Amino acid sequence: MTCTTMELTERLLSRPSGAVARSDLAGHVAIHGALSLPKRDDRSWSDGVLRAVAESGLLGRGGAGFPSAIKWDAARRGARRPLLVVNAMEGEPASAKDRVLLSYSPHLVLDGADVAAAVIGASEVVICVADDSGPTAASVDAAIAERTRAGRSRRRFSVARPPGRYVSGEESALIAWLNTRQALPTLRIDKSVALTVGRRPTLVHNAETLSHVALIARHGAAWFRQAGTFEAPGTTLVTVTGAVRSPGVVEIALGTPVADILVRAGADAQLSGVLMGGYGGAWLDPAHLATPYAPGPLADVGATQGVGIIVALPTSSCGIAETARIARYMAGESAGQCGPCVFGLPAIADDLELLWAGRADADLLPRIHHRADTVEGRGACRHPDGVVRLVRSAMALFADDVRAHAAGRPCPGHAAPSVMPFPATPAIRGSGS
Amino acid sequence: MSARQRVAIRVRVDPIACDAYSYCAELLPERVTLDEWGYPIVDGTPVPAELVELATRAATDCPRRAVLLERVVVGR
Repeated sequence: MTCTTMELTERLLSRPSGAVARSDLAGHVAIHGALSLPKRDDRSWSDGVLRAVAESGLLGRGGAGFPSAIKWDAARRGARRPLLVVNAMEGEPASAKDRVLLSYSPHLVLDGADVAAAVIGASEVVICVADDSGPTAASVDAAIAERTRAGRSRRRFSVARPPGRYVSGEESALIAWLNTRQALPTLRIDKSVALTVGRRPTLVHNAETLSHVALIARHGAAWFRQAGTFEAPGTTLVTVTGAVRSPGVVEIALGTPVADILVRAGADAQLSGVLMGGYGGAWLDPAHLATPYAPGPLADVGATQGVGIIVALPTSSCGIAETARIARYMAGESAGQCGPCVFGLPAIADDLELLWAGRADADLLPRIHHRADTVEGRGACRHPDGVVRLVRSAMALFADDVRAHAAGRPCPGHAAPSVMPFPATPAIRGSGS
Repeated sequence: MSARQRVAIRVRVDPIACDAYSYCAELLPERVTLDEWGYPIVDGTPVPAELVELATRAATDCPRRAVLLERVVVGR
């Protein structure tokens, strides 16, 4: 790599030049240096790390963007020893960041988990990897064995394998799976009440979040803040796919213009839209590609960082077709518990497929908006809300195409194949055809 | 809680427990309407005193025990 600014942002993904293999424990220490942890519970060490993480301003990288230090502070105030759960489920089909991280640098995540566990007083760490991500789980298993052999950890680390479905990684579903082996979201009436596994209060962190913790524990908050913006400090992993020559996971400083991320991945010069955040994210208007990639600026243009997904939609594609496929996929990924999600998402997908096929009835457009309004906020989890956000953004960004499709004249790209990475590409049915 | 505040109740629905029996919408149409699939759409504003008895019935009569009454503090 010759670009200096790029090297500055290679933290999680940094490796000796030319090396592309997985870092074992020795390789990991050679890149990042050894991590020193106290031998026993050490209040002043914990306070110091907690302060560093708070000052670093680290925001969770699992989608919600919650300040990590606040979660820790709550967890370590409990009466019982907490459990630390590492969420590496990565149920978003377009995301690969946590898999890449755990496949190439598993020790960075485990270091971060070790630090977080030490601070909150957890004696056990469970890393959740989807049951369809075998190589990732094998890398983590091997890393745990390496650390055990090296006598590095005084905590119990294990890997759990919940089902690889979209909602399995939702925090309450993950906790439910650990308790009952049913990966179904639960209704949380008061979100300030701690989740529990057995009777232990449980802290859930995204895998990438913990890898940043591993580096903050080594280098401090000021170092962390050398990259990123004041409100959104540090670097982050982004999975870039779609109309790009080099799809994959990149590490960027938060605040980097979306356009620069796309250029780096070799995106087409002209795009008709950019999917941001994931399948429960939003379409970004290419007119807003100068927007800094950070939660605040993205929200200002109706987009979201989500779990770090960017999918470039080529001008040859149809945004309505892609949105219809995503809606159909998301309807199929409902946990099947809440009526508005069970009935609402398939109904919205039906509407979008009629629109795609140019078979809209006179009520179709208002019906889509009405159904989006009806479904929003009425599930136990946010699964339906994500679909609603995506559909609304599609109706706005692709308004010209929407009008043409609704008038029975589907756009030229309507039959183009999907650029979205689905586990299995959902068929577009154009109901009734 | 200051003297200017009082406790009121508001209706919530547990969407996982709910099976669209729709008794709540019949008993308390002032706060519960139904969507096109028969599931309750709840107006979460505080229930006025004269409707508290009906709200309580909506909660106790729900076959799925999906109607929840939540205490909220409201200004006078």
